[in-house]
Amino acid sequence: MPSLILRAVTPVLILLLIIVSIYALLRGHQEPGGGFVGGLIIAAAFSLHVLAYDVPSTRRLLRVAPQTLMGLGLSTILLSGILGLLAGGAFLEGVWMAVPVPGLGLVDVGTPVLFDVGVYAAVMGMVLMIILMVAEMNT
Amino acid sequence: MKVLLVLPVLVPMATAALALLFFRRERIQRALGLLGSLVELGVGVALLRAVVRGGIQSTQLGGWPSPYGITFVVDLFSALMVLLAGTIAVATSIYSVSDIDRERRAHGFYPLMHVLLMGTNGVFVTGDLFNLYVWFEVTLIASFVLLVLGNERPQMQGAIKYVAMNLISSALFLTGVGILYGSVHALNMADLSLKVPTLSAPIRTTLAMIFLVAFGIKAAVFPLFFWLPDSYHTPPVTVTALFAGLLTKVGVYALVRVFTLVFVSDGESTHALLLGIAAFTMAVGVLGAVSQREVRRILAFHSVSQVGYMVMGLGLFTSSSLAGAIFFVLHHAIIKSNLFLISGLMRPDGKDVRLDFQGGLLSRSPGLSACFLVTALSLAGLPPLSGFWAKLILVRSGLEVGSRGAAAVVATSLAVGLVTLISMTKIWNEAFWKPAPPEAELAPRPRVSRPRALLYVPVVLMTALGVTIGMAPEPLLEIVRRAAAQLADPTEYVRAVLGDARP
Repeated sequence: MPSLILRAVTPVLILLLIIVSIYALLRGHQEPGGGFVGGLIIAAAFSLHVLAYDVPSTRRLLRVAPQTLMGLGLSTILLSGILGLLAGGAFLEGVWMAVPVPGLGLVDVGTPVLFDVGVYAAVMGMVLMIILMVAEMNT
Repeated sequence: MKVLLVLPVLVPMATAALALLFFRRERIQRALGLLGSLVELGVGVALLRAVVRGGIQSTQLGGWPSPYGITFVVDLFSALMVLLAGTIAVATSIYSVSDIDRERRAHGFYPLMHVLLMGTNGVFVTGDLFNLYVWFEVTLIASFVLLVLGNERPQMQGAIKYVAMNLISSALFLTGVGILYGSVHALNMADLSLKVPTLSAPIRTTLAMIFLVAFGIKAAVFPLFFWLPDSYHTPPVTVTALFAGLLTKVGVYALVRVFTLVFVSDGESTHALLLGIAAFTMAVGVLGAVSQREVRRILAFHSVSQVGYMVMGLGLFTSSSLAGAIFFVLHHAIIKSNLFLISGLMRPDGKDVRLDFQGGLLSRSPGLSACFLVTALSLAGLPPLSGFWAKLILVRSGLEVGSRGAAAVVATSLAVGLVTLISMTKIWNEAFWKPAPPEAELAPRPRVSRPRALLYVPVVLMTALGVTIGMAPEPLLEIVRRAAAQLADPTEYVRAVLGDARP
């Protein structure tokens, strides 16, 4: 039985970790960070949930299977690469456009961000698949 | 045109991604696995056609210009290897439909298989040494998991050695890459082929030896081969056939690529060393095989021995010996994975048991016996089968070189061929020719019999392919000779990657 304190702080920590992971993902665009680190952080959030509660409830919280996450991630990576091809460049060549976002003005959005989002999902799926599998073996 | 060069990596990646999305739907996964393999075969054919017609092709990922960005470059050797990977993929995908059990499928056999193919194809098409490392890792991770999938005890024992050896190999490879980048500030292989000769000899030799050991572990050469016989017979036959067709070939490919393109200037000593390694690999592998009593273990030791022939082709380092090495790689991948596929059909449950407990296959399944006989004789190198041509080219180019070392290796290779024949005869006599021993009759019949018809399809196809290569080797030989000429004189390769700006 995990401690009451862990159970009490876990929801708060998970929320924080998810925010930090998204921050790391977006920050990776120009500075250290990126999809891989972000994916690890969010996987850590759900691993914490496994420690505080149990595997079935974590799976419920996740809603999608880790394998599906990996599949989605890989597909997104592929898509970001193919967009470069479709735009007439090389595979994985960056395609950029300026999108007006209220409050921020024009924001440059490009396929490298999409690539990072794919990595984020794939890493998250991969780590969670291993952790959930090991946790299930132990119970 | 440029898209075609990326497809060998894209197709397996897309297949793996889709298979992951349909993780719980077994039927769809199986269909996707087969479809993906067929498309890969198609890509291989298209790539070979394009390179035969248009010469070496290259493209830059992400559009970054060449010595800085990641290059994908396909010469005839790469195209042949991609085609080979597609062929093995199709055969093992058909076989897997009834060979891979439900539990292994549920744990992601198909995504893993295609990630493995993505890794090997990546190795074949990349033109950048660090990128090569990345593809090696992709291949390794997929093969680790495939090796232990199913969680059986012997699998774990084999996997531990495999993992340990390959981690050493990866560490050495990465160290070598680091030193290389620190000393010449380049990792693009075409760029390296111009810059490495300017390095001082001691550093160059050190680097060459680091890469030799790193790739030698993967290619399973003497004395670094012992991970192979322990891990090849433990997983399901489909996985073993896939490994036999591709894993050591990836190491051999990397050896050939690096030692024809990057480390050539002090050729004499390196290539003499390679020749020595080749002779020992052949001899030790075949002696190991003689001492074994189980079919798949015998075949695994022969894999080691045959790698020796491929390295011999590289060590002799003439245009014709390189052709021999490439031909040998193609021949051996097809023949050996077919032999493993056959070994899975020799008993109803597909288990690998001692030869003493086998027998009577000739009367029970004459078709399978014929397939085995032809394939095994081809492995031993009897004319007019594919192994004969492969060995003939190697022996002839060894005699053309004419040095004392070359003569010794040629003599070893002939002796090893003879022992291989003896060892294949042993399997034939014990499992096929002699009457079934009474113990086999007493043994309890396996309860679940697999649908076997589908298992025969890839065996027949691969046997037919092997025989065709043996009977009509000339078209393939022609391409292989051109591939070897491209390897022997890397100017076209360098120009394809770096453009006309540099010599």
